[in-house]
Amino acid sequence: MPAVDEILAGKDICICAGSGGVGKTTTAAAIAAGMAERGLKVCVLTIDPAKRLADSLGLKELGNEAKRVDPALIERQGIEMKGELWAMMLDAKATFDELVARQAPDEESRDRVLGNRIYQQISSALAGSQEYMAMEKLFELHTEGRFDLLVLDTPPTRNALDFLDAPRRLTQFIEGRSLRVFMRPTGIAARVAGRGATVALGVLKRIVGFDLLADLAEFFNAFSGMVDGFQARAKRVNSLLSDPHTCFLVVCGPQGEPIDEAVYFHRKLVEAKLPFGGVIVNKVHYPAERLRGDGGDLEAALAEKFDASPPSGVEQAAREDLAARVAANFADYQALAERDARNIEHLAAELRSKGVIRVPYLDEDVHDLGGLAEINRYLFASADERVAIAAGRA
Amino acid sequence: MPDLLDKRLVFVTGKGGVGKTTVAVALGLRAAAAGKRTIVCEVSSQENASRIFDHTEVGFHEVEMEENLWSISIDPDESMREYVLLQLKVRAMRDMLFRSRIFTYLAAATPGLKELVTIGKIWELAQLDRKVKRGRKYDLVIVDAPATGHGIGFLQTPRTFAAIARVGPIHSQAQELDRLITDHEHTGTAIVALPEEMPVNESAALERELRSEVGVAVDRVYLNGLYPERFSNAEAERLAEIAAGENGAVRAAARAAVSEHRRARSQRAQLARLRRRVEAPVKTLPFLFEPDLDLEAARRLAKRLH
Repeated sequence: MPAVDEILAGKDICICAGSGGVGKTTTAAAIAAGMAERGLKVCVLTIDPAKRLADSLGLKELGNEAKRVDPALIERQGIEMKGELWAMMLDAKATFDELVARQAPDEESRDRVLGNRIYQQISSALAGSQEYMAMEKLFELHTEGRFDLLVLDTPPTRNALDFLDAPRRLTQFIEGRSLRVFMRPTGIAARVAGRGATVALGVLKRIVGFDLLADLAEFFNAFSGMVDGFQARAKRVNSLLSDPHTCFLVVCGPQGEPIDEAVYFHRKLVEAKLPFGGVIVNKVHYPAERLRGDGGDLEAALAEKFDASPPSGVEQAAREDLAARVAANFADYQALAERDARNIEHLAAELRSKGVIRVPYLDEDVHDLGGLAEINRYLFASADERVAIAAGRA
Repeated sequence: MPDLLDKRLVFVTGKGGVGKTTVAVALGLRAAAAGKRTIVCEVSSQENASRIFDHTEVGFHEVEMEENLWSISIDPDESMREYVLLQLKVRAMRDMLFRSRIFTYLAAATPGLKELVTIGKIWELAQLDRKVKRGRKYDLVIVDAPATGHGIGFLQTPRTFAAIARVGPIHSQAQELDRLITDHEHTGTAIVALPEEMPVNESAALERELRSEVGVAVDRVYLNGLYPERFSNAEAERLAEIAAGENGAVRAAARAAVSEHRRARSQRAQLARLRRRVEAPVKTLPFLFEPDLDLEAARRLAKRLH
């Protein structure tokens, strides 16, 4: 598996995808910092990052636009940054409003949408809009061309399809063509649609209520002048995702469930013909050297070690007890390491030629620039270097 | 038994990857053992719970896993079919509607509709007088809630729909669902967190939002995966020295012990932070050093729930 900088060579966009709780935000920030260190002007788009990470990047008062991370802050960590690191926190509602303003043919149409009650609810509260807006912002920044590389930390979705499908679904909803047709029962289209449709509408009214249908029709009408613009844009957003200069990195953890999800995500990306770059597995327990013989030998060796130079004030019996605890703990760690190795082997087999980058389970949480640099020792190391570093740590 | 299980409906929520399913199943085992007829609901069609029970996929059926314990995977499309049939009462009319273009369009494209009908099914399961055929009466419904970007999204759906439809059947039914979710006497939530910096921050934010924006009762925060304190500071210092000077298995074992000690300590600092930052009582659950979380693991966790 090549290092992240080799995978991202010549790419404009890196999309970090995966389920929640696997360190996606941290990984995206680390990749952005690492690429900036190597001379690129990079912007990381993140969603709701943990406050301490945000603080460490100087993102405290950040709105819906990119802001440069103070180079002095980075230098204080002993990192020499040749490029520039920028970051922004995504605001789905503000992005949606901007998009409407851009697509509206005139102020009146714009205000009609922005003031619409249904719009106000779906633009912030409901599922799907966040995913779409993340991609919309990505598209906008890419079009502006201010950055060499954009790194997107995708919102956690319940499954991969929801995310990839978001632009299509949302545009489809806004389009509302069929409903607009049906709501004008005297129109030619309704006559073409036929009596069956009229009956269906009648039944629907019974379930949904006439008022809500009328409100929905008003919502779709407010959007009517912008539907083409929205559709064209969604198409361009989609083609940006499949562009060869875009790269999807799947982020996951080493347990069975996240690994299964990574396998599934990879399959969906391939099916959708989206450019897949590799998988990053976080928090991996590296297997240590195999035990020679059984655990008893290790315990004895440990006890001998403690006897040779006893921990101050620790009695013989306590030393044996400590040796036993250290050996038991080691056995627990080895079991986790073996599980991780097994799961990653399964993942690697599923991905065929494409590889896997493992980042070890570090002793400390990663939530500042120093921690990101620690992760980057692995992300940006060649395969040989990674093995060497891991052996050093094990 | 945790008093949380005296409620009729419990949402187990939290960010992805924190162990929600295991905690939901453990709560279910505990309640069932106490004689409560309990059902554990999954909502994202992932069948993680049936995986724990080592059961084949349960799908949209109420399947008995153990004495007093059932499981269901709530599929939004099936929930929608069931709901519309209950409204229209005539199967042929329902099928006609489902075949119509206008309905399939609205059902597929309306944002949040899947979440709404899922909560509708949860409501239905929690009814004492169930309208669906052969509907069993449950004492307790436990929901393994989906992990969403904003944890509140799912639970907020009824309120959002009630606001979108100002009047009419959707409005009143969405309000009914919202009343159920915010009924502090009968409905509770448990947040599952991990003892790390970001998950602690996120759990605190989630609790705040659940209380202020959704208005639900947050009864518990379970801090999951807490490492045991296996070594004292003095022992860890000595082991670090050994790790620096040795080779082979001794070194690796000493290194693993030092890692465990550091993790256990930083986790205790996170536990203290969590306790300071949330209002609900924080209960801890041990990290299980096992390769795969199976039913035995869930049983062991169930005993530790309080």
